Amino acid sequence: MIKHIYGDFFLLKLFFGGSVDAEKIQKIPDKENSMLKFKQYYRVKSLEEAYELNQKKSNVVVGGMLWLKLQRRTIGGVIDLSDLGLDHISETADAFTIGAMVPLRDLEQHEGLRAYLGEALHESLRHIVGVQFRNVATVGGSIFGRFGFSDVLTLFLALDAKVKFYQAGELPLSVYASSAPLDKELKNDILEAVILPKHVEAAAYRSVRNSETDFPVLTCCAAKVDGVYRVSVGARPMRAAYTADLTGILKEGITPETAAVFGKWVSEQVATGSNVRASADYRRKMIAVLTKRNVLDLAAQEKGGQR
Amino acid sequence: MDVRFTLNGVERTVPISADTLLLDLLRSMKCYSVKRGCETGNCGLCTVFVDGKPVLSCSTLAARVEGHDVVTLEGLREEAEAYGAYIADEGAEQCGFCNPGLMMNAIALYRENPDATDDEIKEYLAGNLCRCSGYEGQLRGIRSYLNYKKGEACHE
Repeated sequence: MIKHIYGDFFLLKLFFGGSVDAEKIQKIPDKENSMLKFKQYYRVKSLEEAYELNQKKSNVVVGGMLWLKLQRRTIGGVIDLSDLGLDHISETADAFTIGAMVPLRDLEQHEGLRAYLGEALHESLRHIVGVQFRNVATVGGSIFGRFGFSDVLTLFLALDAKVKFYQAGELPLSVYASSAPLDKELKNDILEAVILPKHVEAAAYRSVRNSETDFPVLTCCAAKVDGVYRVSVGARPMRAAYTADLTGILKEGITPETAAVFGKWVSEQVATGSNVRASADYRRKMIAVLTKRNVLDLAAQEKGGQR
Repeated sequence: MDVRFTLNGVERTVPISADTLLLDLLRSMKCYSVKRGCETGNCGLCTVFVDGKPVLSCSTLAARVEGHDVVTLEGLREEAEAYGAYIADEGAEQCGFCNPGLMMNAIALYRENPDATDDEIKEYLAGNLCRCSGYEGQLRGIRSYLNYKKGEACHE
């Protein structure tokens, strides 16, 4: 039974701001105060068309537009890939292919990926603002931008994913993420998809945030891929970097002791910096802690046969 | 350029600029439940449904809804009334400014997961900020609303 404290009229006035009549259209406000302005909107019909338009310096490919919108810049036109069918995830016996326009929420909810990556997938995405945000933000936008704060880049880097460009073809995400600066060909190329080969044996993800849904202070993903333990660290605050168990610390098995040694080793391999969220020292110490915990999770997954 | 889409069940064709945001378009069409909050994609006040999914209208280009189905709270009056009563019952609305966005997302939650636990409610609504409350009243209100909807579904 609904208990009406206020009358319907009061509630409707409060929620709808006084009018529910959407018949008359007022003048759309000028974007004088808006940071992002552009004159052209291109809803392209082919990758070729997108590629050609993207050769012009003043044009920008728009993903979810969440980060682009926050930049104070005037651009010539935006290239929208919405009609190219890049918003699907396909699965074969060997790999998952995740289209560049797949929203993060769809990635999070994809049953095949959830079964394959377990809790690591959900954990890497659930802190990214809210459901409405993740319904807008795209995988391609997160990866192409190579943002330092990107949880998505951290996740896929540890999983040894590949990126597929229209012209450049496939290349390892680790190569794309570490290229600095990005050469002009890649900068003007069109990211089609992220490819996740099915070589992942176990995966675990953790992040540190000063407050829920804020940018991360640090992100860390550990994975066993083709028998090799890989760790990626993001929000350092620089873009995510990865390393692997090259010295064989975990070769004899994962124990709390070897996990701690490995964590410390990773913290010495990955450079950190300071910003308003945390100092370089704090981040270095947290890398050791997060790596250790993630690696212990990998051991538990291997032992239990579950992710 | 023109954009053609369905707004609250009615087909509309409206002139827009290339960089018009969905938030601005909807408010110009007198859908005042769609609030302008942070405009950085963080507060959830501008939440609307596009093809049934909650999205941030402050970060969605109006041109992108071409051919799509957009629903604002004005199109969900019945559910809004029921939800609003439970929120009011818990004293969870203070200034009320965040309520339309919260309501849209709570309705989306119910449609997606009618059996949500308190933790799942908190996680789903993490993208809706309220500067007045401590969220506890809203959590109780949403819990009661979900229980009511569940009971209603059982009776059908």
